[in-house]
Amino acid sequence: MLAVDNIQVFYGAIQALHGISFEVKEGEIVTLIGANGAGKSTTLRTISGLLRPKSGTVKFDGMDITRVPAHKIVKMGLAHVPEGRKIFPDLTVRENLIMGAYTRTDRTETAVTLEHVFQRFPRLKEREKQFAGTLSGGEQQMLAMGRGLMCKPKLLILDEPSMGLSPILVEDIFKIIKEINQLGTTILLVEQNAFMALQIAHRAYVLETGKVMLAGSAAELREDPKVRSAYLGDVVDIA
Amino acid sequence: MGGGEKPPPRFKNRSITAFSGFGPLYRNRQHSLLGVDMGVDVLEHVIGQVINGLQLGFMYALIALGYTMVYGVVKLINFAHGDVFMVGAFVGYLGFNQWGMPVPVAVLTSMAVCAILGVVIEKIAYRPLRYAPKIAALISALGVSLFLEYFCSLKFIFGPNYRVVQRPFEEVHWQLAGISISNIQVMVMVTVLFMLLMLQYLLYRTKVGMAMRTVSLDHDAARLMGVNVDSVISVTFAIGSALAAAGGVLYAIAYPQIQPFMGIMPGLKAFTAAVLGGIGIIPGAVLGALIMGQVETLTAAFLSSQLRDAIAFGILILVLLVRPCGILGKTETEKV
Repeated sequence: MLAVDNIQVFYGAIQALHGISFEVKEGEIVTLIGANGAGKSTTLRTISGLLRPKSGTVKFDGMDITRVPAHKIVKMGLAHVPEGRKIFPDLTVRENLIMGAYTRTDRTETAVTLEHVFQRFPRLKEREKQFAGTLSGGEQQMLAMGRGLMCKPKLLILDEPSMGLSPILVEDIFKIIKEINQLGTTILLVEQNAFMALQIAHRAYVLETGKVMLAGSAAELREDPKVRSAYLGDVVDIA
Repeated sequence: MGGGEKPPPRFKNRSITAFSGFGPLYRNRQHSLLGVDMGVDVLEHVIGQVINGLQLGFMYALIALGYTMVYGVVKLINFAHGDVFMVGAFVGYLGFNQWGMPVPVAVLTSMAVCAILGVVIEKIAYRPLRYAPKIAALISALGVSLFLEYFCSLKFIFGPNYRVVQRPFEEVHWQLAGISISNIQVMVMVTVLFMLLMLQYLLYRTKVGMAMRTVSLDHDAARLMGVNVDSVISVTFAIGSALAAAGGVLYAIAYPQIQPFMGIMPGLKAFTAAVLGGIGIIPGAVLGALIMGQVETLTAAFLSSQLRDAIAFGILILVLLVRPCGILGKTETEKV
């Protein structure tokens, strides 16, 4: 469904990605894990068209989207829930969700999707008319995810959905991600919380300073000693 | 345009400074505040001046909206905006004085011409500098402003001289309970209110309006929703410029002398109004403009017309010292 091939991305003169390649197959949850500055968000922003790679290609659903502008990529069925949620604070919760369906023209169908989103996130229904800026962090994350679902994406990209949330909320969010996936949406998940990410993902890639260092099934990586010590807080056998 | 005829002679008996054009507004000034006829007359005079101030303020509002909307979506002060207003005034004037259009048609023509002008300005002068340091776009804006002023001063465009606008209809003053109000004042206020309502509808009830609001909050997030940010910016310039054009035509009817540099002062005043109300905030622009209109008119009527601009801009400085983000501006909270 998504194939990223050897992308190199620069911020000015600084190279952020040194040739990253990976793929996401239909129906999967794939996670990219890695420390701050490893290039996870940059990778996602390149996929969704906010950044242009200097070289390499991004293919989505069989089409080359490397040079396609971001707003057209959304229309192709790729939703990106960005880091820091980026909800629209001065718009109401409902308006935020409607914006998520901006590319859709089928009004009645959109209304159905809105109902589904409200069913999945009842809190959003309660706060429908409130300004999104007044929501709590967890509610904002739900709004960002709900907004992403409003375009009925084939691929949902989530950047740090657990950031800044309490452990209970993190559990909730991951449960919801898994449910969304089970209903047929492919998911690309970036997380610093590698422990949680590796529990729900099928496969994972470990990024370090703009390169893919390790790849494998989530189960394999959970057992990998390097991953355990670097990302899962394992403090055993340093000697 | 108007090539065949001589430019109207400059007035000899009235001193015209570059930014006057307030003749009809202050013609009936009474120096009676400290004089003998205090009482009902004074109250009526004050109300009359407040109405004059409303008329001026509403016109500033049309210009201020363009500043604030453009700032909202591209975080840029479009210093050429006052000159778009000037072009609007000229096109309107040519429309009803030379091409024989009815006033509403002249207004719509002027709005259309300026909408295109605004889009072109953005494409040529601002878009290539979108990711350059802000100062570059600012200098570019000043360049566009000067270009429009001097280009329009060329003989084969509008020419450098004042032109006297023949009002398409006679000014009629009505006395309502002793308060004088003119048909022009009513026309200005009704037109501006109508446009404000239309703008409100556009922003809050249409898809493009919602897209504009999201672009003003976060370009990248708007892109991720599928919003074509470039076209939303173009639409914003078009709407802002069209409003300024409407303001220009109304201005030409209300203060019927126009020339290519007429946009500078109203432009600055409207910019001040936008900042006063809180730049980027639409109700703020209207509020700021109404305040500016009142301050200016009342100062001119009761203190001194020379102090008019000094006090208007002095208020701006004061407000910004106390509330740097403007009257309705939100104090920026640190993002987590």
